[in-house]
Amino acid sequence: MTPLLEVTGVSKVFGGLIAVNDVSFQIPPKSIVSLIGPNGAGKTTFFNTLTGLYKPSTGTIAFDGTEITAMRPDRVLASGMARTFQNIRLFSTMSARENVMVGQHARMSGGLFGSVVRTPKVRAEEKRVHEKAAEMLELVGLSKSQFDQTAINLAYGDQRRVEIARALASDPLLLLLDEPTAGMNPEESARLTRFMTRLRDERGLTILLIEHDMKVVMNVSERITVLDHGEKIAEGDPATVRADERVIEAYLGKAAHE
Amino acid sequence: MSALPDSLRSKVGQRVIVAVLLAVALLFPLAFDPLATQMDVAIFVLAYVMMALGLNIVVGFAGLLDLGYVAFYAIGAYTIGWLASDHFTGLGGEKGLHVLVSDFVQNSFGIHVNFFLVLLAAVVVAAVLGALIGLPTLRLRGDYIAIVTLAFGEIIGRIALNGDEITFGEQQLTNGQQAISPVDQPFIPLVNYEFDSAFNLRPYYWTGIVLLCFTLFVNFRLRDSRLGRAWIALREDEVAAASMGVPLVRTKLLAYAAGAGLGGIAGAFLGSYNNAINSNQFQFSFSIFVLAMVILGGMGSIWGVTAGALALAVIDRYLIPEVFDDLPSKVGLDFQLTQLSFGIFGFLLVLIMVLRPEGLFPERRRKMELTEGVGTDESVFEARG
Repeated sequence: MTPLLEVTGVSKVFGGLIAVNDVSFQIPPKSIVSLIGPNGAGKTTFFNTLTGLYKPSTGTIAFDGTEITAMRPDRVLASGMARTFQNIRLFSTMSARENVMVGQHARMSGGLFGSVVRTPKVRAEEKRVHEKAAEMLELVGLSKSQFDQTAINLAYGDQRRVEIARALASDPLLLLLDEPTAGMNPEESARLTRFMTRLRDERGLTILLIEHDMKVVMNVSERITVLDHGEKIAEGDPATVRADERVIEAYLGKAAHE
Repeated sequence: MSALPDSLRSKVGQRVIVAVLLAVALLFPLAFDPLATQMDVAIFVLAYVMMALGLNIVVGFAGLLDLGYVAFYAIGAYTIGWLASDHFTGLGGEKGLHVLVSDFVQNSFGIHVNFFLVLLAAVVVAAVLGALIGLPTLRLRGDYIAIVTLAFGEIIGRIALNGDEITFGEQQLTNGQQAISPVDQPFIPLVNYEFDSAFNLRPYYWTGIVLLCFTLFVNFRLRDSRLGRAWIALREDEVAAASMGVPLVRTKLLAYAAGAGLGGIAGAFLGSYNNAINSNQFQFSFSIFVLAMVILGGMGSIWGVTAGALALAVIDRYLIPEVFDDLPSKVGLDFQLTQLSFGIFGFLLVLIMVLRPEGLFPERRRKMELTEGVGTDESVFEARG
């Protein structure tokens, strides 16, 4: 099967710091893949490079059959790759619903003229987007009374959910989640884990997640890629990665008696 | 269900208020002589409010600080100066070029296009130039944008001032301080009615009301649209906005274009009313004046900006020069209040900043941004063209 995402030899250098070093990896369609590694391993930088926020210093990124290396972030999203952020980046003064409506920007066409005249097409589009926002918020488990609440007033876990809804609203093929369970209690994490599986099974989504909660990682992912100091040090199914010497070393350090 | 009648009632309430305001505004001239000073003031006030609402799109909605908005006043004014006066005597041969103009103008040299068509042209020209001026600011953020727009405002001002030296053959680009004058008065072809500011200012006033309503309408429609949401999104967090599919360049340029277009209409309207396009009208201080209206009213809040602009414009054109001008001499001081007008504005702004930094009628979001410190934007991005 051709991979949905194919990353070949991607590096990202900031001045003298090599944040991501020659990473290659692939994600098959309809799979859930985790990216793990100690703090500062370059996971988020890697995400930013994939989604166009950073230009890779070297390497190529192919997504769904087209090359998206160094493409603008909005184009990357339009091509079907949507993301969430490690430190939630909702539009805080907007309601939950408006946030999710912005997520559909790339799937809308109303421009300056259409917005002012409010043509039948724009009217229909607004209605559709409004309804879809509600549908997405419902999907991630927000209650109706929360839809029109200002994002910043929502509970932390709900803000995470809105961010996922906002990403889903763009009808992505690949969903990138940057530490989605950060700040969640075990029960919420478990619910999110089930939700990810459901997205894959029912909606055919492919998911790449950065995650620190090993319980989530081991439960949900078919494959795991481990980064340390910007380099890929291991890759494979959860059992293989768990047993890998270098992974243990990266997380726990070298044994002292050597 | 219980929420429905409430919201309906408040919506009906709002409509009633708007209808009453509109009725008052429309009947206002009947209380004064057709040539009263108050009419003259009111026409300027209407144009200023339009400009403030145009700038509100750029500064209030999209959060792009623009210190050169006077450029669009100038562009609108010169559009009517060029297209509806004897300025281009050489063009169109002996007969000149005439489009839907009165018999009176029909026989003059130069280009003479109907006022209402010129308004359309002014929107287009100003919007295109607005987008062009926006281009160099796209790689910049915050205060740096303000400096570039300031420079562009000055460039347009200088071109206007020195335009009498820029010649095509015999033809000057602008008349600089000599002014392009006279400018054709608006003419309504179907009913064959020509405005005449020497006898009656009311038609200008009512035209201003119609244009202001249009400006308000555009503001409301844009605010509640796909673009309006995108502007707020990029104002709050450019990185998240781009990652959610908002094309930054395009979205910002549309904000500049929309704001400039409205400024262009106001400029053309005022140019026609002034009957002279003089480079002295386009000073940097005017950009600040319009920005002050937006800030005073409450950035992003459409009614707030309208109120702020109304207040400052009335103070500037009426209270200081007409009502209280001789106040200092009455108390035995040897100056006119007009000499102090900048000081008075400065004082008012400081007062607002101390007492009500979010403006008179703040927009809900802006208030949150100020009081709760949300919407700060950290830059993860690599600048690119």
